[in-house]
Amino acid sequence: MIPRPKPERFRLRRTMMFMNAQKPGLIKDAYIYGCDSIMLDLEDAVAENQKDAARFSLYHALKTIDYGDTEVIVRINGLDTPHWQEDIRVCVAGGADGIRIAKCESAQDVLTVEQAVEEAEKEFGVEVGRTLLMAALESPKGILNAYEICSASDRMFGVAISGGDFRKCMQTSPQHDGVDMLFARGQMLLAARAAGIQCFDTVFTNLDDQEGFEAEVLQNKAMGFDGKSLINPKQIRFVHQVFAPTEKEVIQAEKIVRAIRENAEKGLGVFTVDGKMIDIAFLPGAERTLKLARACGMYEGDLV
Amino acid sequence: MKNAVGREIPDSLLVNGKEVYQGKNYMDGKYIQKAAPKTRRYETPRESKIVDSIVQALKDCGAKSGMTFSFHHHLRDGDYVVNMVMQAAIEELGLEELTIAASSLGAAHDPIADYIEQGKVVGIQTSGIRGRMGEVVSAGKLKTPAIIRSHGGRPRAIEGGEVHIDIAFIAAPTSDCVGNCRGVGGKSDCGSLGYAMTDAKYADHVVVVTDCLVDFPNFPTSVEAIDVDAVVVVDSIGNPKKIASAAARITQNPRELMMAEQAAKVISVTPYFKDGFSFQTGAGGPSLAVNLFLEQYMDERNIKMGWAIGGICGPMVELLKKGKVGKVIDVQDFDLDAVQSIHTTPNHFEMSASQYANPANKGAFVNKLDFVVLAALEIDTGFNVNVLTGSDGVLRGAPGGHPDTAAGSKVCIIVTPLVRGRMATVCEHVVTVTTPGDCVDVLVTDYGIAVNPLRPDLIECLDNAGIPHVTIEALKEKAYSLVGRPDGLEWEDKVVAVLEARDGTILDVVRKIKPFVL
Repeated sequence: MIPRPKPERFRLRRTMMFMNAQKPGLIKDAYIYGCDSIMLDLEDAVAENQKDAARFSLYHALKTIDYGDTEVIVRINGLDTPHWQEDIRVCVAGGADGIRIAKCESAQDVLTVEQAVEEAEKEFGVEVGRTLLMAALESPKGILNAYEICSASDRMFGVAISGGDFRKCMQTSPQHDGVDMLFARGQMLLAARAAGIQCFDTVFTNLDDQEGFEAEVLQNKAMGFDGKSLINPKQIRFVHQVFAPTEKEVIQAEKIVRAIRENAEKGLGVFTVDGKMIDIAFLPGAERTLKLARACGMYEGDLV
Repeated sequence: MKNAVGREIPDSLLVNGKEVYQGKNYMDGKYIQKAAPKTRRYETPRESKIVDSIVQALKDCGAKSGMTFSFHHHLRDGDYVVNMVMQAAIEELGLEELTIAASSLGAAHDPIADYIEQGKVVGIQTSGIRGRMGEVVSAGKLKTPAIIRSHGGRPRAIEGGEVHIDIAFIAAPTSDCVGNCRGVGGKSDCGSLGYAMTDAKYADHVVVVTDCLVDFPNFPTSVEAIDVDAVVVVDSIGNPKKIASAAARITQNPRELMMAEQAAKVISVTPYFKDGFSFQTGAGGPSLAVNLFLEQYMDERNIKMGWAIGGICGPMVELLKKGKVGKVIDVQDFDLDAVQSIHTTPNHFEMSASQYANPANKGAFVNKLDFVVLAALEIDTGFNVNVLTGSDGVLRGAPGGHPDTAAGSKVCIIVTPLVRGRMATVCEHVVTVTTPGDCVDVLVTDYGIAVNPLRPDLIECLDNAGIPHVTIEALKEKAYSLVGRPDGLEWEDKVVAVLEARDGTILDVVRKIKPFVL
């Protein structure tokens, strides 16, 4: 049995790699590729008559494989299916770090899942509140209700858009400039930031179109996403490269964190660093940059 | 007597000056007496050396029982010539007590296993031994222990007279009527004929077997008519589909790509990665993919590869054509792109196995090599590599140029998954040592990188670049934690194969495996 540390609600999640929970060959050591989170899928990747087999495979993976620092999240089946309750029991019993709620459309959906999670935590003797949640917005209604979804629970760490289903609802298809989902992405980002949780973009499914993939990742970064869902390990490297801070940003962040701490001791709230006005409001951003830099192997100091 | 890699070598093998492995470059500076062949004079001008059949060629060369016949393996799994010749010698001429000295043997040569079982073939000297032949030799059915040599060790042994070739058979994609041979232009093209060159120079008799007779003179030649006694024209020397594969594709397997990327990264942070560097990689999945990632680093630093050697594949030819590598020097071709390129792309040259890798000559290419990327069946915590025997102890592989390039290169990188199925690739003791650990520098697995403690300079390079690495013991423990720790193999005393280090000392022996009883 592998004891997993208590999940961190806010941690680095640049890359979430999807894989079929039913495929032991895939999930046995998916952490070796270096993605931040693994998304073990019980939903669309698993055939209707294989749901049970997938749960067994998932449970044993969670119980026997040491995923180390890699976060392990499970995508459960939608609330309109007969599977989701059992999915949740398996996730909690196995000790998954988090659950991704598929096709989430309202705060009530989050609360429904949360209640089932809590019951399962009690049933299996897991600390109540341990299991984190995230929501996948797959429909126009989900996007319109993004803020109430994002702020529905203290367990919520993030929200993601699911491009495949969403585009179908909107009668569109992937466009090179991302105009097909520009508004939806923007609305979801606003909601996530307003609720103070993380925000992730959808998968890019055409593995042969590296140029298109790179353009989308660059746009994700520019729009302010925290990370992206992936379908293949070979997509990891580029996302990490794009989401890495620049050397200049790291140096600046280090100066800011150091200055805020030193000045706080002296009782100073506002001061300048390299001619720019800095106050306590800059601290979270600067610390996030340093954490990111550490994950990218660019920072070895002890400020974060 | 125990050798430098801790293997017990039976004293009975340490005769006629044979020594156990003492460590790399042990023979440096010693002298070697080359063994000249005894060859027939062809003074009277004659129009042609073509004879009707292999049987006739054997008779003309004075074939008799107890002789050693040599072969080369450029036709790989498509080769027909070894079986053809041995059938003629044994079944038509009734010869016995024969020894086969081949640069390698493979799946194409299963029928030879019958001759071993019948006691007609009593000796095998080769780099590779696989399939049924590997099984019967491992079962102790060959009269004398097989001798396994690297691609560089073989020409050393031939030139030094340790192997005396009575008749060399050259499988030639094209030949003219007097035996000038080339590897391209026929219907069974294989490109380079590098492994056949030493045979032709040191054998008492040389027979060319071809399926494409061309006009005299077939120039420029790979094997010269001045060394050839007879030419036999047959319907087919091999199955072209199995000689060279279609263009070797770079793997799409994410695990292999990841390891290749790591290997390229390691290369890029060493001081040897500079303009004009030299490189060799294998044809396997992760090894070949290193080309792809290395090219990116070369572009970033704006440097070019000086030269590349080895068995050559399409992706290396591509780099040559793009002007990113200065010269490609080629002992064997693995795919059709390489075959088609060898005599047509400027700066793509052919070389002999001796020039490639022989440790006893004065200028083998491997000695100037900066980087080599190699695979392994197993690697142990002493960095010793096995590429010969399976986890069941049966012969099923080939050292090939592995020990030669590992010893000669400045940085030898082994790329292998940590486990294969239920078997730990990184283990406590390899079944057979084919490349000694003192020649292996870095191990790249899907679970992490380990650097040989003998190379503190490389450890420093990785540390400076922030490339994480662990001890090889940690990787071994990880492997065993995943698949379990296997029981040791059980052997009988009988030695079925002797593994020569490239310098001719004895690196290891393979014994007869005890049948498994539940």
